[in-house]
Amino acid sequence: MSAADATAQTAAARTTGTSTPGDDTGPDLPGRPLSRRRSHRSTSGASWRLTALAVVLSLTVLVPLYFTVVTALKTPDQLGGTGFALPTEVRWQNFADAWTLTNFPRAALNSALVTVGAVALTLLTNSMVAYAIARNMHRRLFKGLFYYFVAALFVPFPIIMLPVVKQTAALGLDNRAGLVLLYVVYGLAFNIFIFTAYIRSIPEELEEAAITDGAGTWTVFWRIIFPLLAPMNATVGILTCLWAWNDFLLPLVMISDPALATLPLVQYVFQGQFSTNYPVAFASYLMAMAPLLVVYVFAQRWVISGVTRGAVK
Amino acid sequence: MAGATRTRPTATRPGAAPNDGRRRLLSERTPRAFYWMVAPAVVLFAVFHTLPAIRGLLYSFTDSPGYGPWEFVGLSNYVALLSDDRVRAAYLFTFQFALVATVLVNVIALGVAVLLNSRIRAKNALRGLFFVPNILAVLVIGYVFNYLFANSLPAIASALGVERLSTSILADESLAWVGVVVLAVWQAAAFNIIIYLAGLQTVPEEIYEAAAIDGARPWRRFWSITFPLIAGFFTINMVLSLKNFLQVFDHIIAITNGGPGTSTESISVLIYRGGFQGGEYGYQTANAVVFLVVIVLFSVVQLRVLQRREVSL
Repeated sequence: MSAADATAQTAAARTTGTSTPGDDTGPDLPGRPLSRRRSHRSTSGASWRLTALAVVLSLTVLVPLYFTVVTALKTPDQLGGTGFALPTEVRWQNFADAWTLTNFPRAALNSALVTVGAVALTLLTNSMVAYAIARNMHRRLFKGLFYYFVAALFVPFPIIMLPVVKQTAALGLDNRAGLVLLYVVYGLAFNIFIFTAYIRSIPEELEEAAITDGAGTWTVFWRIIFPLLAPMNATVGILTCLWAWNDFLLPLVMISDPALATLPLVQYVFQGQFSTNYPVAFASYLMAMAPLLVVYVFAQRWVISGVTRGAVK
Repeated sequence: MAGATRTRPTATRPGAAPNDGRRRLLSERTPRAFYWMVAPAVVLFAVFHTLPAIRGLLYSFTDSPGYGPWEFVGLSNYVALLSDDRVRAAYLFTFQFALVATVLVNVIALGVAVLLNSRIRAKNALRGLFFVPNILAVLVIGYVFNYLFANSLPAIASALGVERLSTSILADESLAWVGVVVLAVWQAAAFNIIIYLAGLQTVPEEIYEAAAIDGARPWRRFWSITFPLIAGFFTINMVLSLKNFLQVFDHIIAITNGGPGTSTESISVLIYRGGFQGGEYGYQTANAVVFLVVIVLFSVVQLRVLQRREVSL
């Protein structure tokens, strides 16, 4: 898979020209000149037929969301039939019921703490490791480390799942801190891969100038390199956030204390109680999805360009 | 990967040779900081990834139930795997699911990406909309799909007089896997669309214009120009999709919980259930080792086959 990433990356670099961090001033970078040119034309010749087709296809995304919302607002006796009808009588109480039944604030706080912790620590540490590796790839030790980390991309989680659960429990890490730690450590494989590619496109002259001025390696990293990594930090941050917030398997196997359950885990734990009352269940699902959806509505362009950058790099 | 990075035109490229010498000098002056940057990560990665993997490998030669005493049993776990019907069924189901889902996801995502890259209105809004499934936790939206398949779909089918679908497909041993595929494709297409869009934006507009002048029809243009040029993105998407789908877990738990019977039990679900709940810790780690070999083999073969098709500008 590493070779595939590299292929995509070279394919992109070849045609767009390498984007050094310096000219990465706005979103949409890889295709900006193209899309500007294209949008210029599209205002005159936009195809209504294709637009209509895209809108119809987007219904596949919207319909399940619509279904979630209307079901969450119904009373249980309105359920029958296809379930797509609008509620005849709105029951807001479903949300209050779900809120108290699943202890939503507690689960949301757990998810938020784990996600924020994982994103912050991942950005601070993974970029640093990648920097040390990228600038020392000519040394056998660092080159070896690069392959050591990246090889983990091939290792499926089930093979380490059983031992790692015993190990974290023995170390008293079967909690939120343990989750954060594992997200940060397991993220290394992929993050080192994309950070390294990006760091190697940063001209070393910058660092040399700073070192001539008497700056140490740490200062160079935190003052010069880390700020230049901002676009890649956005990409890694977004992907880590989506992973940590939505992950189910790792909390499922690691967390045994119900008070520490994250939002997806709570939905699983409460299946038994939900099955008697679907509207409350759907209200709970909706509340579990809502925080990230709301963030996404406001940060949509930034998220998309961040993910795109990760693909091209 | 290193080879690919080296061929990338970077800013330091022209002065590579003298630069290399300077870099060596530079890092020889402050090597210690670089070692400190990687040391904690290496230790944590070794403790929480490599060590569990090695322990998993060791436990695969034991009869450990996951607790209490155990004995080495040599290769008998591996021998037993060969004649275990439940294991064989899990592999068959997982392969079938992963192949179908990989092909569908890539065909659909590529189609939608081409559509979103064409001259349509509200391009950014539509692009943002199609990414929404990737924001949601598979488990949570999976429960919504579960309800749709179990209740809404039969209601719609019987209203339309489609006998085959008038009962829940999730209760049908030969159809339940389709539900898992639909959820997987719906959710994974979102991410792949964005990757393909990134790829499409690297294709210069001029090529299309030249082809259009030569009289190439859109279909021909796609297969002769666009597709070969974004083949790198196709490769990475195919490899990543297959790798992720082979490890399918959340989808199964939400949609079918492995049922009816064990007809939709994936390898990951089987390892989780047998290892954590079935007292087959040693046995299932052996299963996980086999799984690792399978995933690496699949990825390597796929890379070899797909990379032969790639073309560069």
